[in-house]
Amino acid sequence: MLRVAVVRFPGSNCDWDAYHAVARAGAAATFVWHRDTDLQQADVVILPGGFSYGDYLRSGAIARFSPVMQAVQRHAVAGGAVLGICNGFQILCEAQLLPGALVRNDRLTFVSRPVWVRVERTDTFCTSAYARGTEMRIPVAHGDGCYVADADTLRMLEAEGRVVLRYVRGENPNGSVADIAGVSNAAGTIVGFMPHPERYADPLTGSDVGAGFFRSIAAWLPGGAARSTS
Amino acid sequence: MKYRVHVRVVPRAGLLDPQGQAVEHALTVLGFKGTGDVRVGRAIELAVDAASREAAEAAARQMCERLLANPVTEDFSLTVEA
Repeated sequence: MLRVAVVRFPGSNCDWDAYHAVARAGAAATFVWHRDTDLQQADVVILPGGFSYGDYLRSGAIARFSPVMQAVQRHAVAGGAVLGICNGFQILCEAQLLPGALVRNDRLTFVSRPVWVRVERTDTFCTSAYARGTEMRIPVAHGDGCYVADADTLRMLEAEGRVVLRYVRGENPNGSVADIAGVSNAAGTIVGFMPHPERYADPLTGSDVGAGFFRSIAAWLPGGAARSTS
Repeated sequence: MKYRVHVRVVPRAGLLDPQGQAVEHALTVLGFKGTGDVRVGRAIELAVDAASREAAEAAARQMCERLLANPVTEDFSLTVEA
């Protein structure tokens, strides 16, 4: 069974949601504390949403240097899969495991509501269960979700097809450049996005349209291509 | 020798600064005419124990590059006092 480590920082608050979504998809979920350096042989690491270290300095800036992130860095560099959701995405950008940065929402308000997003990259460990172009409505909940990157980086991301999720036109809740909601590394083994599919991964919470991210993970073959889920 | 370091971090020029825009609007509403190009950043002060002013500045510069400023979105400047 595929092993998924959900990292908990002081201030993480979507850790149980992510754990539940992973377990419900049929993978083995474990929690890893921010002071730990042992990822318990995880195939996939999830950095969940929340406000790690109170978002002090910048969102994700302090978490990036926590002991567990040194282990996550090694895991990621060795080709291991890492998914950062919301605050996890911010941490991955701060750690420079993903390009760009997340800054204050353009309207300065915290946004917490479902928005329409489109899946644009499906050859990753966490999006293979979706067809390219799938549109779904999943929650966002953030104050610092405006994705920015320099022009060269944006050109590279688009040219290499590394935008994983994009807000549907007119739905962009934070001013992100090019409506980008999430990006990946070239290999598709490191993915970060602002929306919270773990909140829509069980009909109990109103919708399970986001469960496909976790089914993708459960079906993923480490070191190989995504297993067909059809 | 103890040095006092003042670090100033501001959003990179050209990058949208919604906080700066909001403050600029508020200043205009208050009647401060001719104000513009407001940028909101942060100031960080710290003490550094170093052998020389140059060493203190070099250490502070490393702190900025690694943690205090985000190289993608922010510019920093620093001054060192004995």
